[in-house]
Amino acid sequence: MALTGKNKDRVQRGGMVLGVALVLGWCLLPVVWIISLSFKSQAAVTNGSPGFFPSSGGGAGWDNYRDLLFDDQYAQFRRSILNSIGISLIATILSVAIATLAAYAIARLDFKGKKFVLTTALVIAMFPVVSLVGPLFDMWRTIGLYDTWPGLIIPYMSFTLPLAIWTLSAFFREIPWEMEQAAQVDGATQWQAFRKVIVPLAAPGVFTAAILTFFFAWNDFVFGISLTSTEAARPIPASLSFFVGNDPFNRPASLLAAGAVVATVPIVILVLFFQRKIVAGLTAGAVKG
Amino acid sequence: MATIEMKNIVKKYGDGFPAVNDVSIDVADGEFLILVGPSGCGKSTLLRMIVGLEDISGGDMVIGGKRVNDLAPRDRNLSMVFQNYALYPHLSVYENIAFPLRLQKRPEKEIDEKVREASKTLDLDEHLERKPANLSGGQRQRVAMGRAIVRQADAFLFDEPLSNLDAKLRGQMRTEIARLQKKLGITTVYVTHDQTEAMTLGDRVAVMKRGILQQLATPRELYEQPANLFVAGFIGSPPMNFLPATVENGQVTLPFGTFPLPAPKAKATEGKGLLMAGIRPEHFEDVSVIGDDSVDAARTFEATIDVREWLGDQQYAYVPYEAEPQVQDQLRELAREADGDSLRTQLVVSLDAASTGEDGEHTRLFIDTDRMHLFDPSSGENLTVGL
Repeated sequence: MALTGKNKDRVQRGGMVLGVALVLGWCLLPVVWIISLSFKSQAAVTNGSPGFFPSSGGGAGWDNYRDLLFDDQYAQFRRSILNSIGISLIATILSVAIATLAAYAIARLDFKGKKFVLTTALVIAMFPVVSLVGPLFDMWRTIGLYDTWPGLIIPYMSFTLPLAIWTLSAFFREIPWEMEQAAQVDGATQWQAFRKVIVPLAAPGVFTAAILTFFFAWNDFVFGISLTSTEAARPIPASLSFFVGNDPFNRPASLLAAGAVVATVPIVILVLFFQRKIVAGLTAGAVKG
Repeated sequence: MATIEMKNIVKKYGDGFPAVNDVSIDVADGEFLILVGPSGCGKSTLLRMIVGLEDISGGDMVIGGKRVNDLAPRDRNLSMVFQNYALYPHLSVYENIAFPLRLQKRPEKEIDEKVREASKTLDLDEHLERKPANLSGGQRQRVAMGRAIVRQADAFLFDEPLSNLDAKLRGQMRTEIARLQKKLGITTVYVTHDQTEAMTLGDRVAVMKRGILQQLATPRELYEQPANLFVAGFIGSPPMNFLPATVENGQVTLPFGTFPLPAPKAKATEGKGLLMAGIRPEHFEDVSVIGDDSVDAARTFEATIDVREWLGDQQYAYVPYEAEPQVQDQLRELAREADGDSLRTQLVVSLDAASTGEDGEHTRLFIDTDRMHLFDPSSGENLTVGL
């Protein structure tokens, strides 16, 4: 039996809803499960409590979070939140600032070694992180950067710069050159034209680069665990791995889950905040299109 | 307010190709100068050298008595309207217009006054808070002009400002620009490839070809006394007819016959072998419309009109003729230089709308040899300027 147009429409829409639901479920299930775990008591997890909602008496309410954030035993973790935020933010700001200038130069100026800069950046981006950890460990200990904020900020910056430069130079290339020339004719210096016209237009690119950089720094584990030894600079991912609790053979799964949720919240807030800034088509109307 | 003097301006690109070659033009204070030519003739490059967006390879650019070759665009105090408007999309119309003033750090009150004044002149009052993305082409064009007029610039520069508008709007904006320029009385240099704009707007028009200035004159002079074949063919629509001609004994021989030529023209061209005669479509007429008795019979000929285009107020008729291959090649070359394309050797004549006749019929046409120009076919030079 052939489907009539209206029915076909309905089937198509139904299929779309189903597809979206599947993808959402696939992506969000782990997150939801972690949240569910974080609200169960330690005992309930150990005994095996497979339900999504805690079984009766197995719920911990906000206890896990309260322990994590206020109990003296976990002061290290609280310090690591501060470390993570500080290190990631500084690395992001520096990386994006440098990348913006570099990308602008690459997109606009003709200079010797432009190709070299771009390929080098790409090579660095492809370099396996793990292979650098050993040498860095030795170097940082000698220089005295081991277990400090700059000791992590520098590798984060160098590994995120290439991506940021490539993303941003693509954005800068999209901006019509006339914009800048118009600004110069209107009386702007090159710096003013860059700051007042080009940067605002490249804002979606800048924020995209910023988010990518922040993700990298926030999620990094390899550098975090190898280049730190105390809470002086240890970021959240590394800190979570030191969650052993009282019994080393019985790790506090629900506390870990709560820690993971705490580590995720800033990222979610950040994305929600920057999402508004990443508006495609900001240059619409600049020139006759 | 300033004069703009270009002295032997040269622009060479990296490969040594001169995009602008030895161009000298003096623009008087308050004058409206048009730079016109086919695409790639260097007119935009010349404009960009005036404003400072393009380095000058040779010669002097003097604005208001000051040599500006090495000054940055912002130090030249010129304002420019770009072909694609180049509005700042992240700023409202108000801020777009205010941008040059904000850069000069003028007091808020003065900025507001000037922006309102400009927006009133350009009829933008109701759009001040909108973003350029939400404006129509004509409105964007006006915003770009607002940004140009808001500050006391020494001169306006326009780079094909109307080429992105549709035909109707283009006509309106053309009048608008002319009115604005008259009102403000500011020296203006305007680049276009559209000869209607060139003829109607300019006090003087500079015709360029391949980086070389061909002729600098008033629109009327360009039309009536073109300096060479290129200018003659470029200015005017439909273009001037070019015919192989020889002048002997005060008579000019064209493919259609031999006609008497006024003595001064004959004297200047006699015995020079094969020449190129240029005669505009409107310098022909249907004899039956003028009335036989008032026509000099020696200056008429029988023509076979194969197509007539009746436009209401006038009509164009096409008269094919045979020409030697050598002449045909040259005609084709001419058409190509002027951005056109000529498929066949034919005469285009503009007749009175009252003239009637079937296609393919013989019609007696009058040719006004007084208005004919004769060109040296090798140099292209007009041998009958002012005659």
